[in-house]
Amino acid sequence: MDGVTSGVRATARVRARADGRGGTALPVLAGEGPLALRRVRAHGAEARVMLVGAMSGPLGGDRLAVEAEAGAGARLHVGSAAATIALPGQAKDAARYDVRLTVGADAELRWLPEQLISAQGSELAVTTRADVAAGGRLVLREEQALGRAGERPGRLTSRLSVYAGGRALLEQELSCGPGAPGGWDGPAVLAGCRAVGQLVVVRPEFGESPVAARPLGESAALTPLPGPGVLVTALGADALRVRRVLDEALREFG
Amino acid sequence: MGRAALLVLADGRFPAGGHAHSGGAEAAVRAGRVTGAASLEEFCRGRLHTSGLVSAGLAAAAALGIDPGELDVAADARTPSAALRVAGRRLGRQLTRAARAAWPSAELDDLARRFPKGAHQPVVLGVAARAAGLGADDAAYCCAYESVSGPATATVRLLSLDPFEATAVLARLAPEVDRVAGAAAEAGRRALDEGAGALPSGAAPWLEIGAEGHAAWGVRLFAS
Repeated sequence: MDGVTSGVRATARVRARADGRGGTALPVLAGEGPLALRRVRAHGAEARVMLVGAMSGPLGGDRLAVEAEAGAGARLHVGSAAATIALPGQAKDAARYDVRLTVGADAELRWLPEQLISAQGSELAVTTRADVAAGGRLVLREEQALGRAGERPGRLTSRLSVYAGGRALLEQELSCGPGAPGGWDGPAVLAGCRAVGQLVVVRPEFGESPVAARPLGESAALTPLPGPGVLVTALGADALRVRRVLDEALREFG
Repeated sequence: MGRAALLVLADGRFPAGGHAHSGGAEAAVRAGRVTGAASLEEFCRGRLHTSGLVSAGLAAAAALGIDPGELDVAADARTPSAALRVAGRRLGRQLTRAARAAWPSAELDDLARRFPKGAHQPVVLGVAARAAGLGADDAAYCCAYESVSGPATATVRLLSLDPFEATAVLARLAPEVDRVAGAAAEAGRRALDEGAGALPSGAAPWLEIGAEGHAAWGVRLFAS
């Protein structure tokens, strides 16, 4: 209610539809405030969109949201031009960043943004929810870097929910940084790692023939989810090492 | 029934197979992340606030009578590691057998029929608590405490840690176990209105990653 300290509120929306000629149309492509969307060169039938941060943020008190939908038959790829950096703001409140992904039957959404960096002193709650209709395909990457180089992390809560055909496939919340529940940097949770990443791939065929779980080196693992999906979780000293593991998994499953 | 039933259910000697599992401690010890009492305490603290809270929330919700089928789906989604889903169901099946002998009830019979391979252990624990005349707080306490007592007991064997030190770790964690059990019971009550989506879903990446590596070992002391 305080006009001086309340942050930015903005929602960016993109909707993709099959254009009936073997390609994908974007009937909705609307950025807002600091969230700009640019259509970039298509890749075959796949429409490609870049999320461009028009200013730094999210800052404390900001409420940002992105909604991306691939309707039946559409193929949509969303990337981002740069890492998102959570920074402390003048507002005392935490910032929120909500991502809503919707994938129709026979549609594909590839959500592959750059890292989220939780800078020292920032406080951010991220929620990502993906609803994939039966028969839909999703590739979703999330990476968090805890602090910029040599810096202590901010407070970050990141919730990831993936539903396939209306059934919960994955519900996870990672909480870290100053003030997070105890043990977040201990041997059960992060043990000093400053980057964590996840890759979720949903494909109907994984429901019939699940991929076998396996460790990927010492600090990452691949596991089938309870339904038509797989999950790769990777920890690392820095974001580059995590990206390397996820890129390899992306080549195999993406 | 009252407090004594809770002691029976929470007793480490209750024959539900928990002693065969280390709660991720075996993998953490092998990797050098747990080396003594101090790192064991941080390990247990992290486990308590993540998978401990998740388990306790599920158990509280089941103790309140929320459909075990819905909760089992919620437990699956909150257990991304396939190895840990297998371990959780195996423990659930053993707990179902022990609980049916201890507190015969139609709800436990029904659970055994619906989940011949076992429902997730915290869900079974909540239904068992109901059968024993216990409430959501009791069920949450069982799971929250078990989330730290399991690894602590296992580490005594894995590291030849002084059992007095392991018990001191548990005593130091007790106030946090109280808070987690309280939060879990609260979440269970919220789930009555809002559905299983309201239940906690805390993630512990090293537990999940370690579990897949551990499951691939040829020789191990503990099943998980």
